Amino acid sequence: MSTYMLIMRGTDESNAAMMASIDEAMATTRTFIEEMVKAGVLLAAEGLDDPARGVVVDFGGEVPVVTDGPYGETKELFGGYFLLDVASKEEAIEWARRFPAVRGSKIEVRRVAGADEVPGDGRP
Amino acid sequence: MGTADVEAVWRIESARIVAALTRFTGDFGLAEDAAQEAVAEALVSWRRALPANPAGWLMATARRRAIDAIRRRSALRERYALLAVDSAVGWAASSVLDEDVDPDRIDDDVLALMFVSCHPVLSPEARVALTLRVVAGLSSEEIARAFLVPVPTVQARITRAKKTIAAARVPFELPPAAERRERLGGVLSVLYVIFTEGSTATSGDRLLRPDVAYEAIRLARTLAALAPDEPEAHGLLALCELTAARFPARTGPDGSPVLLEDQDRRRWDISAIRRGLAALGRAASTRGLGPYGLQAAIAATHASAPSVEATDWDRIVVLYEALGRVAPSPVVDLNRAVAVAMASGPAPALAIVDELIAANRLPGSHLVPTVRGELLARLGRRPEARAELELAARLCANQPERSVLLRKAATLG
Repeated sequence: MSTYMLIMRGTDESNAAMMASIDEAMATTRTFIEEMVKAGVLLAAEGLDDPARGVVVDFGGEVPVVTDGPYGETKELFGGYFLLDVASKEEAIEWARRFPAVRGSKIEVRRVAGADEVPGDGRP
Repeated sequence: MGTADVEAVWRIESARIVAALTRFTGDFGLAEDAAQEAVAEALVSWRRALPANPAGWLMATARRRAIDAIRRRSALRERYALLAVDSAVGWAASSVLDEDVDPDRIDDDVLALMFVSCHPVLSPEARVALTLRVVAGLSSEEIARAFLVPVPTVQARITRAKKTIAAARVPFELPPAAERRERLGGVLSVLYVIFTEGSTATSGDRLLRPDVAYEAIRLARTLAALAPDEPEAHGLLALCELTAARFPARTGPDGSPVLLEDQDRRRWDISAIRRGLAALGRAASTRGLGPYGLQAAIAATHASAPSVEATDWDRIVVLYEALGRVAPSPVVDLNRAVAVAMASGPAPALAIVDELIAANRLPGSHLVPTVRGELLARLGRRPEARAELELAARLCANQPERSVLLRKAATLG
């Protein structure tokens, strides 16, 4: 068993499409969350506020530079996450496939590294 | 598409498919067989192409296999003219095929499935095997690996369990109110047996089998979600989460056990502790905490202490006293003795242990001489302590634990 994070990555278009029918999006997401709770796999879930209200702290120079708004020229924006305790990577992927996503958005599936391991040390 | 993908979908769908088919056919064994046939078919057919809706594919295939089985059975009945064809069979067949799973009903059906799998007519081993197979969606091979038994043994347990359920005519329903408390206790104890198999392996060369404990935690989360008004479901979940939170610190780099007092508490899983405390908060009822809730409260007291010395041992003694009242057991008394030793010193604790021995309440257990040896060592009675620890080592079946006992005995000269 492992912990995986499903990272919601929307685009301006998919976020706009979601906002156009936000009540439906909220209801289907709630159902999806309930399914994961009943399956015993959901550890945490959070959604992020509008990226326009975010701030970027950039360490590119001598001192950190703080700028308002979303990160650079990125087309896909991190909008929220689900943290899942699943039996396998395949199960994490299966849950991701089931997310009632709007067209154009993506979900990145990443394993959470344990406290005693260095990321990328060859574990599955 | 590989085996792992089929297993992944099956992990999520198993309980719902078997529950829905049992509801429709009224036959748990038939439902389980049909579901297994669907998985076997998926392993072959998904290799070519993954269906657009894997979960729906599994359900539809399992339904078809269930209908085949019902038809075969009714054909058999006609042939032997033992019974008139039951019109209900025709009804069941069509409704299984046509109706989608009712989302409001399926939760109760999955809960009913847990009650059937943990039914008191079954042997304890059968309850564990059946629960892991149909509710958790594990294969016989995985269950065999988890419990260190041969695969045919698991298969035989499941086959026999299905026959027992059919022979005893166990109804597929939530237990009536009068039986509910007791039957829920049965489900909880099956989940706890699975958890303890993972958290203190009774045999084998490894102390922890986190994969086994994980299955229990996952099932406990499901139970708490499906029966949110049952305080002890939350109590069990809290106990499992808080115990598992210590797993990262419980074994050394070589797999040897690290005792609570020597654990690096920075390695405890803070997220698991937080989840455990949240579940404990839901575990209290107007009658106070139940046995699992009390054990969780003890685990929570450890979890929130920065060190052994700074632990609220008086509170732990009180919790063990309460636990001894609601669920009397010699193991609880033994644990209370350990807590008393920490709160008030080894002498009063030794009196509790000697009482247990006098009453011969834990014969053959390595735990009694382990604790007695520790207490004698703290009282400076070294030769007696050494003899007790050596006795404990002889009685202990877990290899890493035995090594620790022998090492400790050796330090007593």
